[in-house]
Amino acid sequence: MSTLVYNESPLNPADAIRSEIIPAGDGWFQPVKKDQTLRIVDLEGNQAADTFFFNADDVTERYSAQDTIREQGAIYLTTGTKLMSNHCRPMLTITADTCGRHDTLGGACASESNMVRYALDKRFMHACRDTFLLQMVLSGYPVTKRDLAHNINFFMNVPVTPEGGLKFEDGVSEPGKYVEMKAEVDVLCLISNCPQLNNPCNAYNPTPIQVLVWN
Amino acid sequence: MWSIRIPRHRTVRFTALAAGANLSALLFNAVQPLDRLNVPDTLKALHTAKLTRGHVLMSDMGRALASITEDTLGWHDPLGGHINAAQVAAKFGEQTYQDAHNDWHRNARDNFLIELAKHGLGLRDIVANINFFSKVVVAEDGRMAYVAEHCPAAAVIELQTEIDVLFVLANCPHPLAPSGKYPKVPVRIDILSSEPGGSDDFCRNFRPECGRALALAERLYL
Repeated sequence: MSTLVYNESPLNPADAIRSEIIPAGDGWFQPVKKDQTLRIVDLEGNQAADTFFFNADDVTERYSAQDTIREQGAIYLTTGTKLMSNHCRPMLTITADTCGRHDTLGGACASESNMVRYALDKRFMHACRDTFLLQMVLSGYPVTKRDLAHNINFFMNVPVTPEGGLKFEDGVSEPGKYVEMKAEVDVLCLISNCPQLNNPCNAYNPTPIQVLVWN
Repeated sequence: MWSIRIPRHRTVRFTALAAGANLSALLFNAVQPLDRLNVPDTLKALHTAKLTRGHVLMSDMGRALASITEDTLGWHDPLGGHINAAQVAAKFGEQTYQDAHNDWHRNARDNFLIELAKHGLGLRDIVANINFFSKVVVAEDGRMAYVAEHCPAAAVIELQTEIDVLFVLANCPHPLAPSGKYPKVPVRIDILSSEPGGSDDFCRNFRPECGRALALAERLYL
């Protein structure tokens, strides 16, 4: 693996205007205003935080993985990455990162993709896409399944090989690692704290994450 | 640009009529377009960051939309996305239809929107697309690189539809293609009848995930 670059934040959690714990399997769908900073903390390590963004003023503008990776010319997210929208405009900028690498390619787990990946009888198991859909329906925001494209997996490591293979590896995140990003526009942040039990993305033991927001 | 509903169990053959083709594509369940190509679900099920023979293009509802039954190139791009008007202008020069007429440089974003609108669909339905005939490699450190001269003339990729599929296609340059002269490479599309469960056996057995996506597709027709 190439060298990971770590950048710590000067922000003090005591000054945050918002600090919440999201247990594994739960969701969070909240506004983050322009110039506010959002931090997501992997409290116990090796926990995937599936995260998606909408422009709060026009929800048809949303995070786009393909635009983000192509415009920065690299598939991993870290400090300095601009999270781009489907209109190829910056939505947020990653300002600090003590994990060093985050996944853009794996998308969310879903009941149906679990059936494909593991076995047809996995249909009943909890999945990130179910959390996303429930959060969207209950939020009152004008978004439905139609508006859900594929998300970021903070704290997940999904390397691509030069031969075009895709690997799922763990080992880059640890307890207390965090990623921090500044909103460039008013956004709605949709998070599923991943409940996946079928693969090592949560070390087979999904754990809580913390979300903090600073003005 | 083109869009077409193709019934289940047809072979759709794309042929590059000159070198350097790129065909940006979105695929939908033609009956329920909320059920649509999901690039990450496809890639993680197949443990791949490229598309080639044996792979099954999967929807976000776990269904096989189409199997790749033939491929002379060995690599089609699922990472690079599609080109928009600003990128076309930056790479190939500012231009207006009024001046250029049929030499007008089209872009995949607008072509997708035009074709989607013909089916009652739109911006919200544009998710991650694939690019037939193009190759983007990823180095160990994550850097992406477009591979020029990947596609020779007469390159062919064949898909077998596994459910009724709406194809939305834009024959426009890859967004990472080099600047200079706007490439105009025609792609021929042949739609042929094919034997259900025949030509896709290789795909069904390529990985167990392919077999399960095909089984979920078949459940639509019970």
